[in-house]
Amino acid sequence: MSKPQSMIDRRQFLGATAMIGAAAGLSSLPLIGQARAADMPVSGGHLRLGMGGGSTTDSLDPTTYLQWVPVNLGYQIMNGLIEIDEHNKATPELLMNWESKPGAAEWVFDVRKDITFSNGKTLDADDIIYSINLHRGKSASPAKPFLAAITDIKKLSANQIGITMSAGNADLPFLLSDYHILVVPNGFTDWKNPIGTAGYVLEHYEAGVRCITKKTRPYWKTGCGNVDSIETLVINDVSARTAALLSGQVDAINRLDARTVDLLKKRPKVHVVQSAAGQHGVFVMNCTDAPFKDNNVRMALKYAINRQQIVDTVLRGYGRVGNDQPIPVTNEFYDASIPQHTYDPDKAKYYLKQAGQSALSVDLNVSDVAFTGATDSAQLFQQSAAASGITVNIKQQPADGYWDNIWMKQPFCASYWGGRPTADQMLTIAYKSDAPWNDTFWKNADFDKLLLEARVELDHSKRAEMYGQMQSMISSTGGALIPMFIDYLEAGSNKVHGQKPNPMFDFMGQRIGEKVWLS
Amino acid sequence: MGILRFVAARAALGVLTLIAVSILLYLGTQLLPGDVASALLGQSATPEALAVLRAKLGLNEPAYLRYLHWLWGVVHGNLGNSLTTGTPIASALMPRLGNTLFLAGYAAIIAVPLAVGLGILSAIREGSLMDRLASILSLATISFPEFFVSYILIVVFASELGWLPSLATVYGGMDFWDRVDATTLPAITLTLVVVAHMLRMTRTSTLAVMSAPYVETAFLKGLSRSRVVLSHALPNALGPIINVVAINLAYLVVGVVVVEVVFVYPGVGQLMVDAVTKRDLPVVQACGLVFAIVFIGLNTIADICAALANPRLRSRKRQ
Repeated sequence: MSKPQSMIDRRQFLGATAMIGAAAGLSSLPLIGQARAADMPVSGGHLRLGMGGGSTTDSLDPTTYLQWVPVNLGYQIMNGLIEIDEHNKATPELLMNWESKPGAAEWVFDVRKDITFSNGKTLDADDIIYSINLHRGKSASPAKPFLAAITDIKKLSANQIGITMSAGNADLPFLLSDYHILVVPNGFTDWKNPIGTAGYVLEHYEAGVRCITKKTRPYWKTGCGNVDSIETLVINDVSARTAALLSGQVDAINRLDARTVDLLKKRPKVHVVQSAAGQHGVFVMNCTDAPFKDNNVRMALKYAINRQQIVDTVLRGYGRVGNDQPIPVTNEFYDASIPQHTYDPDKAKYYLKQAGQSALSVDLNVSDVAFTGATDSAQLFQQSAAASGITVNIKQQPADGYWDNIWMKQPFCASYWGGRPTADQMLTIAYKSDAPWNDTFWKNADFDKLLLEARVELDHSKRAEMYGQMQSMISSTGGALIPMFIDYLEAGSNKVHGQKPNPMFDFMGQRIGEKVWLS
Repeated sequence: MGILRFVAARAALGVLTLIAVSILLYLGTQLLPGDVASALLGQSATPEALAVLRAKLGLNEPAYLRYLHWLWGVVHGNLGNSLTTGTPIASALMPRLGNTLFLAGYAAIIAVPLAVGLGILSAIREGSLMDRLASILSLATISFPEFFVSYILIVVFASELGWLPSLATVYGGMDFWDRVDATTLPAITLTLVVVAHMLRMTRTSTLAVMSAPYVETAFLKGLSRSRVVLSHALPNALGPIINVVAINLAYLVVGVVVVEVVFVYPGVGQLMVDAVTKRDLPVVQACGLVFAIVFIGLNTIADICAALANPRLRSRKRQ
């Protein structure tokens, strides 16, 4: 029954998908910069966003989104089905009041009433079904694999739909929150000028350069749609983005350079927003290839790396140490009780001896295209591993073609995962035995069984226990050496209010346009 | 008649060079690792999908036939369609070419008079403080990488003083003076990068003819140094100056990718880089061809102008 759910374009991960976080983990995250008044939203003004992650080949068709700029523009114009809020809860957007039968295979959702598109049409179930179906069947949408288990979507009434799945999934509301699934009127195809229900309409669009959207009517979402118009500029160079913010040409920018954030914070009139995220750097070991076949060798390497040093040096502290399993602290099913792998040369030597070796020499293939700082991390690893008699030979590989020629081809190489909205997705995509992107070639039948059971379990505490067990399995026997989780960093001028961290993606889950207000 | 023959010969040579470049360009893009079809399909490449796409793109034809088809289209003004967006390449390329030429023109208007003027002044006052200062400063600016000069200018004029924008985003329908304002910092950057070459060449080639007997005669007639330089030495030194100016003008069009990235300027260089990373080969070829036309065209014009300025160059035998 389990179809591989992992055929999404790799670039999507490179575009850095952040992970949903648990409310507890996030509420403690600091909003750095000047203290912001908890004031009420004010209407008016022209918001200018400077964003990396756009190119001349972008389109506003939601089935083509691979980078962040079109996603952000999409959310200015169109609404999604479900919104993941700042506390990592699935909350209603155009769908509300959902429930499922036991087994999580049959679901009913209400469609929000009294919503109109910018062309005057009233939203109903047909629009929702059409918009979901854009990502099913013959579609080339990156969201298609998530929805593969949906066998039928029925219109129950003008304001209610029913979804049937071939295999249950308790995370369906999270799957439907995917940023590709944006709602347009039934039968709509004019993607040069999308019609949506969100706060703004498209005024001018030049792909990869600039976009203007304008507010033409009151927005249905309370407290949102505050600014009169939004100008989104594509600025892919991080220095140029920062300069544009500092010289006041844009009001907010995404994706800061961790190496200069501390300097940026010292500037007046600028605030920095840091979001814990599921994106992580990995050194993947092929569990079917010598010498990594032996779990003792894998454990030796896991104890031979100094994670804290890497977080402090490469990320300048803007991240968290990893524990060789992919579920981040922000996820509701993160298991904090799993013993943290720390830097311990003696333990590394012990495991090496268990493997019957006194010294080990491995080739580590890296490129900064895997993740920013991969080469630096590998060099730190090389230094710390030497203390245990492990020689790490760094093989610097060209960025061009890295994912085709090195990743999943070389037994030990740097890799990157953008994280996924749910634990189930992350584990299914990269750790299930038959997953096409199981880049560690780690195979464990017990794990696979547990994964499928947890997917349909509706009892939260039972699920948490299952996911805890799976995290423990990966951490202690898996082939992924995960030194760190990388935080999202963004900044805004002090004119921008309401800019907050988000557990999903940076720029408030890319909904910054409708959320913030200007003073 | 002689001059016409010379112009015709130069133009023919230019066209021949262009054809040679187009062949190299075509071969070069074919040499990029990975088949276009598999690059396009990426992870979703099934054997069937690959076969269909290869047929659609005409990849099953021999390379020389594909080249001839492409050339035939280009000669008829059809650059083909982009592989990633499916839209005609010309519609994406032309506005960006306009932007690139605008920035290059802006920079040239500042750089050429500045460089040639300073070069002549330096020649007139050889060894003076002004001569040395001009040399040192222009060599300093050419020695720094472009992005470094850009960032320094941004820090000073955009971040600290706030006089000029650091973003050079221009778009259709933008007011002319807004456009000038937006592109001032990149134009200054480019100026700083190209001035040294032209300045030094003007100075050197002017001074080179200063030792000629006719210059000595002019001095002996009792003419002032500036008069000698301007009316006797300079006209004979124009050939190499025109050539170096042409090379720098061409550079302003084809060599500014880094400056485009730093200032977020939507020019052809940025389009070409995007196309290379996406393996959109028709776009790469079109950009490369445009660059080749600009480069060869400017050099041909420079040769002709140099010949017009100096009759001795019109005849090959003596040169």
